[in-house]
Amino acid sequence: MTHFRPWNLLEKEYVGFATLPNQVHRKSVKKGFDFTLLVAGESGLGKSTLVNSLFLTDLHKDRKLLNAEERISQTVEITKHTVDIEEKGVKLKLTIVDTPGFGDAVNNTECWRTIEGYIDHQFEQYFRDESGLNRKNIQDNRVHCCLYFIPPFGHGLRPVDIEFMKALQEKVNVVPLISKADCLTPGEIKKLKERLREEIDKYGIKIYQFPDCDSDEDEEFKQKDKELKESTPFAVIGSNAVVEVKGQRVRGRLYPWGIVEVENQAHCDFVKLRTMLIRTHMNDLKEVTCDVHYENFRAQCIQTMTSKVNAENRVESPIPLFPMPTPDADTEKLIKMKDEELRRMQQMLQKMQQQMHEQDL
Amino acid sequence: MTVCGRGQWSSSAAGPAVAVIEGGRRRGKEEKEGKERQEHREGLGSEVNPSHSNMTDSAKLHQPHPPPKGERSHAGDFSYVGIDAILEQMRRKAMKQGFELNIMVVGQSGLGKSTLMNTLFKSKVSRKSAQPNPEEKIPQTIEIKSISHDIEEKGVRMKLAVIDTPGFGDQINNENCWKPIMKFINDQYEAYLQEEINIDRKKRIPDSRVHCCIYFIPPTGHCLRPLDVEFMRRLSKVVNIVPVIAKADTLTLEERDDFKQTIREELRANGIDVYPQKEFDEDAEDRLINDKIREMIPFAVVGSDQEYQVNGKKILGRKTKWGTIEVENIAHCEFAYLRDLLIRTHMQNIKDITGSIHYEMYRVRRLNESNAGPGLAPGQAPTLVPAHTNGQTKVNGGPPNGMAAQCEVLTHEM
Repeated sequence: MTHFRPWNLLEKEYVGFATLPNQVHRKSVKKGFDFTLLVAGESGLGKSTLVNSLFLTDLHKDRKLLNAEERISQTVEITKHTVDIEEKGVKLKLTIVDTPGFGDAVNNTECWRTIEGYIDHQFEQYFRDESGLNRKNIQDNRVHCCLYFIPPFGHGLRPVDIEFMKALQEKVNVVPLISKADCLTPGEIKKLKERLREEIDKYGIKIYQFPDCDSDEDEEFKQKDKELKESTPFAVIGSNAVVEVKGQRVRGRLYPWGIVEVENQAHCDFVKLRTMLIRTHMNDLKEVTCDVHYENFRAQCIQTMTSKVNAENRVESPIPLFPMPTPDADTEKLIKMKDEELRRMQQMLQKMQQQMHEQDL
Repeated sequence: MTVCGRGQWSSSAAGPAVAVIEGGRRRGKEEKEGKERQEHREGLGSEVNPSHSNMTDSAKLHQPHPPPKGERSHAGDFSYVGIDAILEQMRRKAMKQGFELNIMVVGQSGLGKSTLMNTLFKSKVSRKSAQPNPEEKIPQTIEIKSISHDIEEKGVRMKLAVIDTPGFGDQINNENCWKPIMKFINDQYEAYLQEEINIDRKKRIPDSRVHCCIYFIPPTGHCLRPLDVEFMRRLSKVVNIVPVIAKADTLTLEERDDFKQTIREELRANGIDVYPQKEFDEDAEDRLINDKIREMIPFAVVGSDQEYQVNGKKILGRKTKWGTIEVENIAHCEFAYLRDLLIRTHMQNIKDITGSIHYEMYRVRRLNESNAGPGLAPGQAPTLVPAHTNGQTKVNGGPPNGMAAQCEVLTHEM
C-alpha cells in the first residue's frame, strides 16, 4: 500500500482531511438550508393541518375559506408561505407552496397546468441565475418535493390523480399520501395501499423512490429503511389540536369513540413521513431535484432554444453564455449552423454599414 | 259519509297514523263491530307511534277491546259510529299489498353508498352485493343501476329498489353529470304517466318513481363543493333530496357541527330545498317535527355491515386501533336518525310528496306541452284522481299556480 508521505515523516500518518465533513458541516450550518415543499390535492383533505403538524407551525391562521358560490369561478392559485425555523443551531428556510382550488371545480380539465407552470417557472429562474454573471447569491426556489394528497374515500387512484402525477412526475419528486387516514380501519388501509401501489405501477407513474441503503449501514438502519419502503404510500393524519392521553399532551383528534394520536405509529404513518421528509431524506430530495429534474428541464430548455434558432432563422439575442456540456454530434451540427448564420448576418451588417458610409459621403 | 282526508293515511310498517277527521263527532248508530272505543279527534289530535309500534301489535290492540289510555271507555256509547275502523281495514289491505320504495343513492365513488344501504336495511341490497365479483373500477360515464329486493319484516312485505349511480362526480370533467340522473328520474315519471293515462290501465300501477335521493357529501369539513351545489339545486326540484355527510368518522364533533352549519347556510343561500321541504309542512305539528329534523340535516352517517362485540352486545361498527365506532349509537354518528327518518317515521310522507307534488308537477308540465304540441292527445286529459287535487288545494303554501289552474280546469271538465 503506498502512502502519500507528507513532509513531516516523524508524525503519525494522519493528514487531517478526515475533518472535511466537519468543516462542510460548520459552513452549511452557518449558511442554513432551504427546502421548498409543494402540497397539492383537493380542498378539505387536511393539507394545511398536516403541514402544520409536520413543522409544528401555524401557517394558515388567518386563512379565509371560500364558500361554494365563490369557488365556482375560482381558478387554481399558487400561494407561498415562507417560514424560518431554527433547531439546535441549524437554520431552515422552509417554503410551503399551496395550491388552493386544485380539483375543486366541476370541470377540472388541466387543473394541474398552473402548478406545472409554477414549477417550470422556478426552474427557469434558477437556470437564468445560474447562467448569469453574478452567481453569488442565487436563491434556490425550485420545488424539492411535492406531497400529493389522495382522498381515502376512493377505491384507488381517480382519473384526476393519475393525470396530475403523470404530468408532474418528470418535474418534481412526487410523494403520494393517503390523507385523513382516520376514517379507515387497518384492514382498509392495507387494501388501499396495495391497490394504490398496483395502480401506480400499472400506469407507469414515477413517484419518488427511496434510495437504497448502502451496504455498510447498520442493520437497524436497513430494517427501518425496509419498513419505510414497504409502507408507501403513507397514510397520514394531521392535527392542530393537542389532547391529553394518559396524562401526556399529544397532538391528536378527539372522537367520542377514542383518541387518534398523530405521532403514534400504530395509528398512522405520520412519524414515518416526518422521518423520511425531514430527518433522513431531505437532502436526497434536494439532490434528486438538482441532478435529475432540473437537469432534465435544462436539457429540454437548451434543445428548444437551439431548435428555435434553427427554425426561425434569426440572430439570438444575447443569451447568457452557457457552458456547453460535452457536445455530441447533433449539438455540434447545430453549433456549426448557428455559427454560419452569425457569419452571414455579420457580413450583411458590414455591407449595410458600408452603404450608409457611402451615402454619407 | 265522506271522510275528507287531510293528511296522510299511514300505511307503512311503523309510521305515524295521522288521521284527521274534520267535523266533529257524529251521532249515529252504534257500530256493530264491537269496537267500543271512541277517539276524540279534532283538528290536530294525532297518534304518532315512532319506532316502537308495529303492525301486529296495534292490530292486537283492536281485538280485545281495551280502552286506549286517556280516552273514555265507550261500552254501549250511542254516539260511536266506528269511522276509525277504517284505519284497521287500510292497514290490513296495505299489509296484503305490500309497499314499494325506490331510493336512489348519488355520490362519488368510495363514499360508502352501498355499505350504507346495506346497513339501513340490514341486508345485502346494494349493487356490490348483487354482482358476483364486483370490480371497483370507475366507469367512464355515469351508469344508472337499479337493483330490486323483496324484504319482509313482521309480516310486512316491501319491494325495495336501490338505484345506484356509479361514475357520478368521478371524472376530471364533471359537467352535466346530473343530466343522466335527471333523465332517469323523468323517465320514471313518464312511465307512470303513460300507465296512468292508459284507457285500460292496471289496478295498481307499478311505481318505479324515485321516492328519495340520498346525496352523499364528502366530509371535507370546509363547505359544499360546486358540484354538490349544482347537483342539488337541479334535483331538489324533481325529487326529494336527503343530503348526508358520508364517512363521518373522520370529523370530530366540533368539526361536524361547523360543517353542518356551513352546509345549511349554503343550502339556504342557494335556494336549495331539501327534504323535509318547508313549504310542504301541513300543520303546526308537522312543522314542529320537521323543524327539528331540519336542524339536524345533513345527517353525519357512518355505515358498516360488520358486527363486533361491545360490552357483551353485538353491534354494527367499525373497529380501529383507537376505538370502535358504533353505527347505531347516536353519540357516535347520526345513522339512527337517518334510518328513523327514512324508514320509521317519514317513509310514507316521502312517497306522498313524490306522488302528489313532484309527479304532479311533471305531469302538468307534460300535459301542457302536449296541449301545445304533439304527444298526448288533449282529449286524453285523464279523469284524474280528484282526491289528489282536493288534497292539494288544502296544503299550506300550496302548489305552484300552474297546478292550481290545471286543477280548476279538471274539475270543470268533470
